[in-house]
Amino acid sequence: MTVRITRNYRFVASHRLHLDHLSEEANQKLFGKCNNPYGHGHNYVVSITVHGPIDERTGLAVSVADLDTLVRREVIDRYDHRYLNFDVAEFASVPSTTENMAFAIRDHLQANWQTALGPNAPRLVDIKVQETKRNSVALSLIS
Amino acid sequence: MLITRRVEFSSSHICRNPLLSDEENQRLYGPAANANGHGHNYVLEVTLAGEVDPATGMIYDLKDLKDVMMEEVVDPMDHRHLNYEVPPFDKVIPTTENLAVEIWNRLDKRFEHGPARLHTVRLFETEDTCVEYQGA
Repeated sequence: MTVRITRNYRFVASHRLHLDHLSEEANQKLFGKCNNPYGHGHNYVVSITVHGPIDERTGLAVSVADLDTLVRREVIDRYDHRYLNFDVAEFASVPSTTENMAFAIRDHLQANWQTALGPNAPRLVDIKVQETKRNSVALSLIS
Repeated sequence: MLITRRVEFSSSHICRNPLLSDEENQRLYGPAANANGHGHNYVLEVTLAGEVDPATGMIYDLKDLKDVMMEEVVDPMDHRHLNYEVPPFDKVIPTTENLAVEIWNRLDKRFEHGPARLHTVRLFETEDTCVEYQGA
């Protein structure tokens, strides 16, 4: 019996969307108010979905404690209460759009997945990043 | 086409495996292993798949779906202690995973003869944790 489990995590961060190789005008046109020179912030919600069989002995498909530890270390501790452009290496030269955040979160989680969740780890199948209640990006890792 | 109905129920439970040590239970289930139990406001979303009946414009009457969800899930589980009052959780550990599968099994037999079929059981233990089961 296989199930999908989704767990939500929250962090708050500020950022500015800007590409150095474009003019001020072009940045303004592309990113709108997200290009404000002093930055702005969001309450982000990240939803992580895993897919795997229920372990008959424990009744669990994932150790939520281990998943929490991994996401806290790789995502929350890295981004929470930061200015993403200055404080987070991957967004020094890449704009921290919600799309790019989903890719970065995927990379951080996948690089540490087996180590954190063990040999019977469920598959990481979906990452959703909600920037505001109106905007979210969903990244599916299965075709 | 899919149609989804949501209900809520409040239950208490204990997640521990009696064959394991206290330490191992604590490691696996964290605070959910507390021997005196704890509770949740569960939110259950049930999705049916089917064709729209041209005569009624409906896949399945939502009132009938609600009645099935009440009879099979809410009436037996709401304001109950799952481990002590709701079989098979006297023997099966009432994790969200096992609860979703049990709810699927209870509902699935009610839709065996159509006209819609059970598609997904989505069970939220809290706003931030949910399990989805599609019967396999």
